Amino acid sequence: MLAFRIPNSALRGVLRLALRIPHSALRTGMTPRLAMSGVRKSFGATRALRGVSLTVGPGEAHALIGENGAGKSTLMKILSGACPADEGTVALDGVRFEPQNPLHARRGGIAMIYQELTLVPDLSVEENILLGAEPATCGWLRRGRRRQLARQALAELHHDSIPPEIPVNRLTIAEQQVVEIARALIGEAKVLIMDEPTSSLTRIDTENLFAIIDKLRRRGVSIIYISHFLEECQQVCERFTVLRDGESVGTGHMRATPLSEIIHLMVGREIQEIYPRTERTLGRPVLELRAVGGHSKPASVSFSLRAGEILGMAGLIGAGRTETLRACFGLDRLARGQIAVFGVERTQAAPRARLRSGVGLLSENRKEEGLMLERSVADNLTLTRFGPLARLGFISSRQQARCAEGWMRQLEVKAQGPGQPIVELSGGNQQKIALGRLLHHEARILLLDEPTRGVDVGSKAQIYRLMGALAAAGKSVVFVSSYLPELLGVCDTIGVMCRGVLSEVKPARDWTEHSIIAAAIGSGTEEQEGPTL
Amino acid sequence: MSGRLAQMPENHVDQIGAPPAQPGLRLKKAFSVLGPFFGLALVVGLFMAMLALKDIADQMQKENLHGFTGWTRAVRQGSFDGLSAFVSVANIKTVLAQTVIVAVGALGMTMIIVSGGIDLSVGSVVALTSVLGALLLHRGWGTGPVIAATVLGGSLVGLVNGGLIAGFRLMPFIVTLGMMGVARGTAKWLAGNQTVNYPIESSLNNLMKMEDLDHLFPLPHGVWIAAGLAGLLALIMRQTVFGRYVFAIGSNEATARLCGVRVSLQKVLIYTLAGLFFGCAGLMQLTRLTQGDPSGAIGLELDMIAAVVIGGASLSGGSGSVLGSMVGAFIIQTLRNGSSLMSWPTFTQEIIIGAVIILAVGMDRLRQRRFRA
Repeated sequence: MLAFRIPNSALRGVLRLALRIPHSALRTGMTPRLAMSGVRKSFGATRALRGVSLTVGPGEAHALIGENGAGKSTLMKILSGACPADEGTVALDGVRFEPQNPLHARRGGIAMIYQELTLVPDLSVEENILLGAEPATCGWLRRGRRRQLARQALAELHHDSIPPEIPVNRLTIAEQQVVEIARALIGEAKVLIMDEPTSSLTRIDTENLFAIIDKLRRRGVSIIYISHFLEECQQVCERFTVLRDGESVGTGHMRATPLSEIIHLMVGREIQEIYPRTERTLGRPVLELRAVGGHSKPASVSFSLRAGEILGMAGLIGAGRTETLRACFGLDRLARGQIAVFGVERTQAAPRARLRSGVGLLSENRKEEGLMLERSVADNLTLTRFGPLARLGFISSRQQARCAEGWMRQLEVKAQGPGQPIVELSGGNQQKIALGRLLHHEARILLLDEPTRGVDVGSKAQIYRLMGALAAAGKSVVFVSSYLPELLGVCDTIGVMCRGVLSEVKPARDWTEHSIIAAAIGSGTEEQEGPTL
Repeated sequence: MSGRLAQMPENHVDQIGAPPAQPGLRLKKAFSVLGPFFGLALVVGLFMAMLALKDIADQMQKENLHGFTGWTRAVRQGSFDGLSAFVSVANIKTVLAQTVIVAVGALGMTMIIVSGGIDLSVGSVVALTSVLGALLLHRGWGTGPVIAATVLGGSLVGLVNGGLIAGFRLMPFIVTLGMMGVARGTAKWLAGNQTVNYPIESSLNNLMKMEDLDHLFPLPHGVWIAAGLAGLLALIMRQTVFGRYVFAIGSNEATARLCGVRVSLQKVLIYTLAGLFFGCAGLMQLTRLTQGDPSGAIGLELDMIAAVVIGGASLSGGSGSVLGSMVGAFIIQTLRNGSSLMSWPTFTQEIIIGAVIILAVGMDRLRQRRFRA
């Protein structure tokens, strides 16, 4: 969609880093533990990886940095055997390594710790640690040996206080993570991949985790550390590689590189004018949140949305943006704070009441929540408002089909007809139907959660145009997105969420990609023009 | 919402008449509507063929014929008693009348299954309501009040089921499994653990009476009632907001909640309304047996579930049709009837019906997969 041009400054940065910091493998003359080069991967027409190189030495902690959607997950999927690469080579200890499936990868020495814990909650600690690798003789479980192995693994992590026989759901999150790491270590891991390991940890638990990582490194285990929190990376990692739009754009020494430079590498693009601006005048406030907090997330959100305004909400995944929208819409209960809609204070309200007062929500999860997949396009479009299609309480199928046809034409939906099950449509067309439902409902406040996720380029542009047109017609939009260019391009005002707290909402022109990222990761290292949080 | 903000596309207004559906889509729809009918035709055809072969074999045995020439003679001379009994007006009428109870129950079950639920207590509810009706008739209540009390009794059980499922977010399977025992026990308790008789001259008994077996009409009243109820429910499911919400909840409960459907209330309504149909089925059971039997109708719910599933519904909810369920009920009864004309023992019937259910669902999946591809 965007022909990204790497700015000269970024290129210079890459070169400088590459020259200043020689490869650790070259420096020591050792074979790197893991060497990936020229890795490419496409999913259908989407090019997820467009040439990634990554080298990790033995006992090295390597930070893998990039925005959401930069290709980190795909790269790790290839490494852990979840999907094969289309092109490129992967070598483990100098030997070509092409894992066919996760088990194969695990046997090869690749262990992965996912962002969401993958323990079986009702099984005991020892059962979890040795799941899939149970010591057995002819199929008979050797319980004593299992306990011994589990104790050993926990002791190595200096967590022998965790009793191996209790179910893991009785442990704290941090302890569960230790169990997860212990499980990864059982298979003689050579490379341990940690995907956002600290996102659910407290400060002290994080320090403990770093101690464990140090210990593992001394044992020679290489660690790939994926995190949005750059200070953490600085604390634990020696080197880093930055991914952007499926390419590795820079690598260097973590502590010797200023964070602003890394952020620059992460962003490294120029915003182009593909975002249509419509003439709009901001009216009076229509949706006001005052110190709204949920039971887990968000912590505190305040903003005032005016008529004709598009308010962007940036932040990392898990920062609490979705929860904020759900709380506004009455899907989750509030713990504190007030919400006023069109000047009327109605803090607690069911989705039905919110819809009645003209608020509509587009779910970020189209398949699980947003749409009835096997029902027809017409049913999905008209579900919230049958009124104009019914006479004496009976819905006219013909009216419904005609109405759906009208929306399909207006939104340029490619489908066989209004009766086609929505599951047969492409992602972009599905999303247009989900949006069409809000239009059919005549919602005046639209809460859009990642409306362009998994949507093709053409439909994206159309969704931007639609948002512009809605705002020009005096409607208001809250636009949650992880893609910064579209936020900066489309929104009038932007607020950034970090760990459940929404920053001050300021005009979009007062933000830059740098300052948004800095605010999102809660970084104190600001650009000069950036805000101080 | 105010008309000022109406965003309805203007260009659709002047387009009069139904939108032209794509041929592929129309074919697909026709295929899914006709699916159960194909099944029915298949079952009828198979039984006709088997009965004809059986008639020929009987004829050969009777006249002591052998070989191919004997077979051709048997074909020419045979009277085909079994086959003509199967396709006779009287038999069709009988099958229709026998279908009625399962069919009426299957109506309520259709609604529940489409909403993604299940009800295992129907057999017990049918027994309970039939006992209730018999007891009230015994006490000398009039026909009207008895009908009302029986049907409302069924819906009361449904209300309890729905209330528990929606109020406490319990699994329908477990709640209705429990209710199966509770309703059965209550029926036995009310009836004093024996069948309840009532004055035989009650006008209720005309409901299922068969007259003039040589002509298809007049059909028993029960058949008309079932057809009427089916028509009513089909209208509700297809053309009312309530019906659309049933499909929405079964298809994706999260979406329904997102779209402002009051899911809990809707579920209570669904089970209560279905209870009305189960009460009706109980009433029909009562008039067919002319007594209230607290240990009757055991496993009836499974016939209803089978009918709904054969009719094209998915047990995970979101799809199903009233017409399909009716045809499904008829298929099951045809299988029973044909098997008994083949003079197969009961256990063979059971095996065959079980196999047909699996076959029907398997074919349905196959059909869907082909269209998806």
